[in-house]
Amino acid sequence: MTVRWIRAALAAVAVLTLGLAGCGGEPAGSDGGRVTVFAAASLTESFTRLGKDFEAAHPGATVTFNFAGSSALATQITQGAPADVFAAASPATMKTVTDAGDAADTPVTLARNQLVIAVPKGNSARVAGLADLTRPGVKVALCAEQVPCGAAARKALDAAGARLTPATLEQDVKGALAKVKLGEVDAALVYRTDVRAAAADLDAVEFPESADAINDYPIVVLKRTGNPAGARAFVDFVRSEAGRAVLTAAGFQAPPA
Amino acid sequence: MSGTDTAPTATRPGRPRQRVPLPLLVPAGLGLLFLVLPLVGLLARAPWTTLPQRLTQPGVLTALRLSLQTATLATLLCVALGVPLAWLLARVEFPGRRLVRALVTVPLVLPPVVGGVALLLVFGRRGLIGSWLDATFGVTLPFSTAGVVLAEAFVAMPFLVIAVEGALRGADPRYEEAAATLGARRWTTFTHVTLPLVAPGIAAGAVLCWARALGEFGATITFAGNYPGRTQTMPLAVYLALETDLQAAIVLSLILLTVSVAILAGLRDRWVSGP
Repeated sequence: MTVRWIRAALAAVAVLTLGLAGCGGEPAGSDGGRVTVFAAASLTESFTRLGKDFEAAHPGATVTFNFAGSSALATQITQGAPADVFAAASPATMKTVTDAGDAADTPVTLARNQLVIAVPKGNSARVAGLADLTRPGVKVALCAEQVPCGAAARKALDAAGARLTPATLEQDVKGALAKVKLGEVDAALVYRTDVRAAAADLDAVEFPESADAINDYPIVVLKRTGNPAGARAFVDFVRSEAGRAVLTAAGFQAPPA
Repeated sequence: MSGTDTAPTATRPGRPRQRVPLPLLVPAGLGLLFLVLPLVGLLARAPWTTLPQRLTQPGVLTALRLSLQTATLATLLCVALGVPLAWLLARVEFPGRRLVRALVTVPLVLPPVVGGVALLLVFGRRGLIGSWLDATFGVTLPFSTAGVVLAEAFVAMPFLVIAVEGALRGADPRYEEAAATLGARRWTTFTHVTLPLVAPGIAAGAVLCWARALGEFGATITFAGNYPGRTQTMPLAVYLALETDLQAAIVLSLILLTVSVAILAGLRDRWVSGP
């Protein structure tokens, strides 16, 4: 009885292993034209546009995106996710990927982004600057400090000497943005580009302390890429005149020369 | 079980020992492996050497306590509302009963994040009911611990309702009929006959419901947000730890798993297995 059971279990393991081995395998982008880009949530609008432009300029190429919080993407990449290019919202997040030896070359800065205060159209809580966010009764959404927009928000708040208790610490910038759009909070610290992308529902309040918390966006080709030529072409395209124009229109600033 | 059983289990004349048929054994083994392997992965990658100092980090216990409290409160809420709902579905003929039964399972089908948005649209500051709550009582549910309980209850209640309805349908209706014949009113029958009859079913449903509430992530972060000590439950803490520190995320997951498995195993022996 026992022996038979063990044998059956072993057979089960063997079947499972073989089955799994059959499913896996194929490296990313082995079909030549496909480029898989992991990009920070705040790049969603501009990179989607850039992907279409890139496909138009390179017939036969397809670009697929995975947009999420930069840190989550970095974890996916260091755990072996099949990606060709990684664009992060902060050098610190990029560093976790380069430290793990997953980058094919040195990251370059593709753009910079600045924080603004996003308020619902009409700004019912009359927020004019960081100091207003500390007023009692004003509900604020921030990003959690583990993600780049949260780290930048912390820097800006510290620079302003503002101490506030947020209603929530969101897991990425789009989460914070959604809470303002739904009217659940009166304000959120997000990137200028995010508010521009949601200009129909939101207004941006600029504040001077955001100069202390400018985020550089690095981009890099990954070592595990199955399509290095395509990946490099995409990175070059993002940094070209045409790419820069799209990024600037989205509200990004040019990287330092 | 009780120890006073006169028939010892070992000599119980029962099923003859039969071979387990292979077509059942193989898929069963595969199924078990599939469920257990991810757990093995967690255990294999756990940072055992730094475990003690990671366990004592300040946020961990707060998140664990909040998780246990909110899951328990959500389960109580689900039992209070879900058992009568299950009784209604199982025992009362009314037009549109099928539709109602389908509606009850909506939270099962709905991605939890969508559930969270839906809750915001109803109970949020500008929601259908939320705006009235805010204006009349000054109560706002989003970003509060009550909001966490609400989100968890929304997602977990179908598990309880389905389990209890199943138990009610499986229960012999003749006991209730006998009670009615003897002059008991429907309420008396419910409390004195029906409830004791389906108690194991309710317990099983409550356990499922509690487990689902404990693991709830999407609806919670969408409706109640994430703030340590107030709305940051263990699953939320795990997700955020994953942003920067995979090992911390593994430790948090293991704590949640250990505590929940211990509690579930403890309960199962006591209540759920039944006679």
